[in-house]
Amino acid sequence: MPKVTLKVNGKTVSGDVEGRTLLVEFVRDHLGLTGTHVGCDTSQCGACVVHVDGKAVKSCTTLAAACDGAEVTTVEGLAKNGKLHPMQEAFREHHGLQCGFCTPGMIMSAIDLVKREGKKLDEDTIRHGLEGNICRCTGYHNIVKAVQAGAENM
Amino acid sequence: MTGTGVGASVKRKEDHRFITGKGQYTDDINLKDQTFAYFVRSPHAHATIKSINTKKAAGMPGVLGVFTGEHVAEDKIGGLICGWGITSKDGSPMKAGPHPILAVGKVRYVGDHVAVVVAETKDQAKAAAAAVDVKYATLPHNVDAAKAMSVKAQVHDVAADNRVYNWSIGDEGNTAAVFKNAAHVTKLDIINNRLIPNAMEPRAAIGSWDSGSDHYTLYTTSQNPHVARLVISAFHGLCPEHKLRVIAPDVGGGFGSKIFIYAEEVVCLWASKRIGGRPIKWTGERTESFLADAHGRDHVTKAELATDSSGKITGLRVHTTASMGAYLSTFASCVPTYLYATLLSGQYNIPNIYAEVDAVYTNTAPVDAYRGAGRPEATYVVERLVETAARELKMDPAEFRRKNFITQFPHQTPVIMCYDAGDYDASLRKAQEMADVKGFAARKAASAKKGLLRGLGYSAYIEACGIAPSAAVGSLGAGVGLWESAEVRVNAVGTVEILTGSHSHGQGHETTFAQLVSDRLGIDINNVAVVHGDTDKVQMGMGTYGSRSGAVGMHAISKALDKIEVKAKKVAAAVMEASTDDIEFKDGTFTVKGTDKKMAFYEVALASYVAHKTGDLEPGLKETSFHDPANFVFPAGVHICEVEIDPDTGVTTIANYTCVDDFGNLINPMIVEGQVHGGIVQGIGQALAEGCVYDADSGQLLTGSYMDYQMPRAANVPSFNLGFTCTPCPTNPMGMKGCGEAGAIGSPPAVINAVTDALGVREIAMPATPQVVWNTVQGLKKAAE
Repeated sequence: MPKVTLKVNGKTVSGDVEGRTLLVEFVRDHLGLTGTHVGCDTSQCGACVVHVDGKAVKSCTTLAAACDGAEVTTVEGLAKNGKLHPMQEAFREHHGLQCGFCTPGMIMSAIDLVKREGKKLDEDTIRHGLEGNICRCTGYHNIVKAVQAGAENM
Repeated sequence: MTGTGVGASVKRKEDHRFITGKGQYTDDINLKDQTFAYFVRSPHAHATIKSINTKKAAGMPGVLGVFTGEHVAEDKIGGLICGWGITSKDGSPMKAGPHPILAVGKVRYVGDHVAVVVAETKDQAKAAAAAVDVKYATLPHNVDAAKAMSVKAQVHDVAADNRVYNWSIGDEGNTAAVFKNAAHVTKLDIINNRLIPNAMEPRAAIGSWDSGSDHYTLYTTSQNPHVARLVISAFHGLCPEHKLRVIAPDVGGGFGSKIFIYAEEVVCLWASKRIGGRPIKWTGERTESFLADAHGRDHVTKAELATDSSGKITGLRVHTTASMGAYLSTFASCVPTYLYATLLSGQYNIPNIYAEVDAVYTNTAPVDAYRGAGRPEATYVVERLVETAARELKMDPAEFRRKNFITQFPHQTPVIMCYDAGDYDASLRKAQEMADVKGFAARKAASAKKGLLRGLGYSAYIEACGIAPSAAVGSLGAGVGLWESAEVRVNAVGTVEILTGSHSHGQGHETTFAQLVSDRLGIDINNVAVVHGDTDKVQMGMGTYGSRSGAVGMHAISKALDKIEVKAKKVAAAVMEASTDDIEFKDGTFTVKGTDKKMAFYEVALASYVAHKTGDLEPGLKETSFHDPANFVFPAGVHICEVEIDPDTGVTTIANYTCVDDFGNLINPMIVEGQVHGGIVQGIGQALAEGCVYDADSGQLLTGSYMDYQMPRAANVPSFNLGFTCTPCPTNPMGMKGCGEAGAIGSPPAVINAVTDALGVREIAMPATPQVVWNTVQGLKKAAE
């Protein structure tokens, strides 16, 4: 079994994984970080999005072994010293979540979008930027508002 | 309104755990010595099981057990039930076929549960499941509701023509007479497309049997854990209720699909004892959600609307064939009957209505309640008919509706429902203003200049929710009462716990329920906790569906709060040595009339527990209420959808979407708006994107992943223009109606009315995908040549 060593949310962690172990399995089952969710089997829904070396990836289609040496941030790693990340705060402020299941992936994708597109995001950019994340509850209306506000505060 | 009381858009208390990744969904929970289950499912739509050989699988690494229907039968575990009995027109009861938790002798749809493998790891269970050797002999199958009564494929022995029931409502003779004398009759053939609910959290369960106490625990993705406990105990016969705890922790969306009791959760519980008491976890893969969650809609309808020479509606007649799938799911039978045909009067004064419904078995996944459940289907029939009639009569669609609106309340419809309050014209006027209907012609001309087709569509919906008065539903065949319970537990320091039988899976009860308590008791909202979803904590409850948690669940809390106030006044009177009649309670303070004596709420709470000065009064401050509603509640409103269609690509863009709802008084407008946004998008999904397709030849589900079943994504939908009107509901003290389903109920006809308006066609099928629209445009071009 390959051994992987990663930095997850600032902490160095290692573990023996099977070659087929997915990053999301490593994060959820080995590390107990259950904020990252699995919503589909086809890399479509985006509930599993985490950051690997600063970029958003779908952890349900990334092998843990391929991330050896990488820096991984999950939703649990966003808040610093008890202070929420501006994007987290914006989702709360603008009611950008209901059941909360897609939320971690949405927030991780939104932060990535801001990194790529800047802090001033128009509605169209946000809507297209989130095409890899499905939400069944909110109708996206408040997610768009949240991402716009969160981006400005980042 | 500011602050944290009723009417304020308070930010949600539950959000912190969700945005920080600390939510606890069923799959996030891991129990000591946990094992994993994987289900062997039928690859055939209809087949006899010749043999199941489990030997190879049983010997594979990590495998702890392989179980089939034979093992279930050995332990005398009962099958899944349908809890609502429907009586056919001829007086015969509905024909419910057996629904074993693991197949016995036969499989009836692709995805039917055949066997289960339990192993040390998920991967081991999955690998061994692939090695279970099942020999099938395929049988003729049918996936089409319209053909069900005339095909060879017979799904259940009890129903020779695949008909579950033939049910009717309304006066057939009078309605026929009205149609005979009508000045105009509008006829439509309507298919309400089959949908797959797709809550983002797949279903999951952990079943655990404790050998020491002979006690079972089930963690499950349920909208109503108490009902699950009742059914698993009373009908599956696993154990008595006091030996079973059901916990529904954070649940990632339901939309109806998590109301029902499913085979997988019962199997995990039962098999836990079979393997000696280790917990068994099953987490559905998305493919399994597509295959085996209860689906929604799937109606084939012939509908007619009669009008007189002045444009007044005189009658409505409907025949619907409703697919039930291969088995009757928990509440399937009531959806195309009492949740559907009772709403066929819409917002209109229709003196004569007759509806007949054939429910049929098909070789498809079971069909049951999905957001709106019957009411979207009814609204689609009524609002497509009304729009089409107006166009045929060359009347403005809004004016035609206005002319036929019910204006006097209460209003008894010919199909059971008695509407209690409403002002339909107020919502229509407001929506027209907000949508700038007057400016539509100019916008249409501007679109035309760009080569685009613009259309506008209305939908004036009504629904009945706040489900439901127990005696009423009992007389119609329901196996349960639909009251709700609440317990208000005041702690000695004056903080409060609300234990409710409602279940939140996105609705924000931890916030809205706390707002009500904060308002009533004058305490900080942060001093109120809401406890739900655990049968060991909450005594009993009926759960959340049918937009009932506000009107029924909060009413129960309100009644318990009344009792708290009565008791607290007695405590305050005893301590302040006054007569109870002289105690007044306002803004969290008890005062003695005409004196300066006062006690804060927390002081009274403490006094009730310390009990030094409360005389003969029972110590403590805790009250319970079971509330049974007097009537349904009747939210109503108007949707106006404006679309722009590119005839070259067939792509429909929603240019503007306006929705004005009358939900009575609102507890938290922010949350209400969120519910409406989500509902509208589910309705837009039905109208333009989502359609469950089974292949007629093979019976396979063709739309079995997000690659094939189009979920609405952020770029497919617009932002919304929402407004409210208010006629308070007279049957609850908060004056509130329900808001959870309204968006999904009102939106599909608004979208399709806009699309047909844009294209200048009478009908178009849902989902009106770019392909469907493009083909329609090509057809129009050909016809014009």
